[in-house]
Amino acid sequence: MMAKKHIQLFGIASLVTCAAIVVGFLGLILFDLAWKGGIVLNWEFLVRYPKKGMTEGGIFPAVFGTAVVTLLATALAAPLGIACAVWLQEYAPDTPLTRLVRASIRNLAGVPSIVYGLFGLAVFVEGMGMGMSVLASGCTLALLTLPSVITTTEEALRNVPRLLREGALALGATRWETIRAIVLPAAVPGILTGIILALSRAAGETAPILFTGVAFYSRYLPASVFDEFMALPYHLYILSTQHHDPVAVRPLAYGTALVLLALVLMLNSVAFVVRARHR
Amino acid sequence: MENYILEIRQLNLFFGKKHALKNINLGIPKNKIVALIGPSGCGKTALLRTMNRMHDLNPEVKTTGEILFDGHNVLHGNTNPVQVRRHIGMVFQKPNPFPKSIFDNIAYGLEINGMRKRENVRDAVERSLRCAYLWEEVKDELNKSALELSGGQQQRLCIARAIAVEPQIILMDEPCSALDPISTAKVEETMLELKQQFTLVVVTHNMQQAQRVADYTAFMYLGALIEFGETDKIFGQPEHELTKNYVQGHFG
Repeated sequence: MMAKKHIQLFGIASLVTCAAIVVGFLGLILFDLAWKGGIVLNWEFLVRYPKKGMTEGGIFPAVFGTAVVTLLATALAAPLGIACAVWLQEYAPDTPLTRLVRASIRNLAGVPSIVYGLFGLAVFVEGMGMGMSVLASGCTLALLTLPSVITTTEEALRNVPRLLREGALALGATRWETIRAIVLPAAVPGILTGIILALSRAAGETAPILFTGVAFYSRYLPASVFDEFMALPYHLYILSTQHHDPVAVRPLAYGTALVLLALVLMLNSVAFVVRARHR
Repeated sequence: MENYILEIRQLNLFFGKKHALKNINLGIPKNKIVALIGPSGCGKTALLRTMNRMHDLNPEVKTTGEILFDGHNVLHGNTNPVQVRRHIGMVFQKPNPFPKSIFDNIAYGLEINGMRKRENVRDAVERSLRCAYLWEEVKDELNKSALELSGGQQQRLCIARAIAVEPQIILMDEPCSALDPISTAKVEETMLELKQQFTLVVVTHNMQQAQRVADYTAFMYLGALIEFGETDKIFGQPEHELTKNYVQGHFG
């Protein structure tokens, strides 16, 4: 009897320890960033341009660039991904072709992001003549996040109860009428969560934008989608490793990291709230 | 000879290899209530769902035979199931209101069936809610979410939703089994009113309910139709031994 109780306690203690280690690492990262980058964080940092060879000033262009390219990627990936998922889940018959399409999407999800970068370079920048631009990077990031948008949308559609669909069909609704008015609205929370998470991932990617449009320094904000842009993850990379005086700018690098992390955490929290509210 | 609105002829249904409905021949008389009774697994729900082509959703199902409705074979490959379902509606065992307002639940069916003008929709919503004995309870809260209604109210909403599109037949799959006795009584009251305008086919586990509401009763066992006749006769003087055993409660 006593042995059972001890085993149970030991089990719980091990699990709690593991959880604590995970949370601990996150806490460590946040602490380290805040400690070393906190001093540069203020409103000026976010809205000013960099000055004096990046050693002073703010990171506004990088914030702007990340925001624009991420929004563009989402605007491209969301409709395409949702349409694809609707077709796969609601219309496609179970044939070898459909299974191949599904397998391809799963595999695309595993392709390294740098490979997406090279693909973007070959197809968007050079092949389609977009040049190094917001547009090329947006398209590349859209491709990167497409598999995850499709997968989460499919799951959201699958979770709509069968009884709800049958109720609509029993009234004489066509398949599309059922999807449009009953299934899709019911799946919106799940779809939205998937899109926000995809957004948050795209915001932090460096390799795909490296080959397709990001610049370390550009004097002006991108005026059109065909211009180059600055971005937070790349800015962070350059400040930490390529700068002529990395030690001096280290606080700026940490500050950039904090901003990027804050952005990602904020997006993830929104996704979490959307999901929780509709449970 | 009764005027049949639906005639089922030589109907066989297979779930993959399983022979679920065996050579069913059944006529549904117009403006009457027909109860389908029988022990679990006898095929009564399978038979019901054949009538409005709900088995189309299941690729494993194969049917042979005919179901004649208004001169057409419901089961024919060329028959459009969407059209069938506009004339043959269904109420399910578990109430399944859409996650929309009470008004929109009913308006949806009207909208997809072509009703455009707002006034017509409003009138039709009121009419069908009255028919389902739900109007008095919800008339001031039509914009409330249907999910906030009680189980019995939700089921009556589903009935209102079904009758709003003015089908000729309403199929009901154990409509009261998820409801409390008071809601059950209200739904049964509704069913008796509805038969003036519609024909009802009701699957039920509850023999007392069949006796209370149904004009005709069909007893099924292991996929076959054993006996069909006026309810009083089926329960009072059944011809078949199996029927007799079932209605007398020797097995369920």
